[in-house]
Amino acid sequence: MEKEVILQYLPLYREALLLTLRIGWQGVLLALVFGVACTWIRQLKIPVLKSLVTVYIELFRNTPLLVQLFFLYFALPKAGIRMTPELCGSLGLGLLGGAYMAETFRSGLESIAPIQEESALSLGMTSMQALRYVILPQAATYSISGIVANVIFLLKETSVFSVISLMDLMFTAKDLIGMYAKTLECLTLLVVFYLIMLLPVSVFGSWLERRMRRAEFGA
Amino acid sequence: MQSLGLDVLFKGSNFIRLLEGLWVAVRISLISVVLSIVLGIPAGMLMTSRSRVIRALFRVYLEIVRIMPQMVLLFIVYFGTTRVFGWDLSAEASAIIVFVFWGCAEMGDLVRGALISIPRIQYESAAALGMNQLVSFRYVILPQTVRRLIPLSINLITRMIKTTSLVMMIGIVEVLKVGQQIIEANRKASPNAAFGVFATVFLLYFLICWPISTLASWLEKRWA
Repeated sequence: MEKEVILQYLPLYREALLLTLRIGWQGVLLALVFGVACTWIRQLKIPVLKSLVTVYIELFRNTPLLVQLFFLYFALPKAGIRMTPELCGSLGLGLLGGAYMAETFRSGLESIAPIQEESALSLGMTSMQALRYVILPQAATYSISGIVANVIFLLKETSVFSVISLMDLMFTAKDLIGMYAKTLECLTLLVVFYLIMLLPVSVFGSWLERRMRRAEFGA
Repeated sequence: MQSLGLDVLFKGSNFIRLLEGLWVAVRISLISVVLSIVLGIPAGMLMTSRSRVIRALFRVYLEIVRIMPQMVLLFIVYFGTTRVFGWDLSAEASAIIVFVFWGCAEMGDLVRGALISIPRIQYESAAALGMNQLVSFRYVILPQTVRRLIPLSINLITRMIKTTSLVMMIGIVEVLKVGQQIIEANRKASPNAAFGVFATVFLLYFLICWPISTLASWLEKRWA
């Protein structure tokens, strides 16, 4: 391992990390939005939209992100829909994540016994109040571990972005190995930078899970 | 048809070639799943071990697998270890090593979860009825564990199939790569081939994974 080489590469990796983080968080945010929207549609049982949501969730849960990105980035332009690589990346991640989030939210809501809502209503709460003060706090404690797992999963999935020519961490590593063959240095930096990106999320996630568990009802 | 590039699929043996490409990915995932299950079961039993050292070791292992993208692990094995140790490792062998390393941790965690979900009273009752450890494991613990485990391990198969799409990044010619070759070869004759080909690949993956994951969730509900 050569120290100079590592110092020389450091700025390149930092740039790549910033790009990965930016697209990653945009994707996670979109995923949450899509997830909430799908859950909303499913709960309200809106006729046609409900079936569309099911098709979307099954499609995106059962295909790899890599294939989804190929479709968004290489196939859609042929049908007249053109997007920048960055938009493709965050949209692809958002679509994939939305399907996973929707499932997580649903199992969270399903874990709440119907009597909880009925009791809230019989106490004179409106259905919005019941949702806000009774259902959601319990569903949130139940789904939090799933949500954290999804976020980590999504941030890990960013590692395929290089196929749509985004200069992310994998792209940088592969490029540098190809040009200068400093394999060991490049791979070490790659691992370190992924740790920088994911370790805080993982630690924060388990802290959050522990905190929320205390709020669990009757457990 | 022409405008969306679907015609390319029916030219020559293009569709068969795509299916062959898919089989490359599926074959790698099936080999990896089988090895992961075989190695994951003892790993899971060790994770419930009384020894702190063993538990801590497996925790570290699990965390590594949880945090590092499989793509990074593929690079480490395919580019890194070959460089450091100077051995010659084919891309397919590296892929299987990585997926087994990952799958074994996941499977181990599932086994651990299933084992600790069996209430202690089940063991105690079996002992109280005069069963020895082997008999109680065979007739009381195992049947309950297996029921919890089967749907989850079936799910692992779909995750494995989805993850093997990554192998194209280390140069294995699988379905996406074949798709690219078909598109390149027909660039003049049908410029929109990319749509037809990648939409087909998308659907092919869905057609493989969807039945498996549906079976898994059906079993999970049925045996719950």
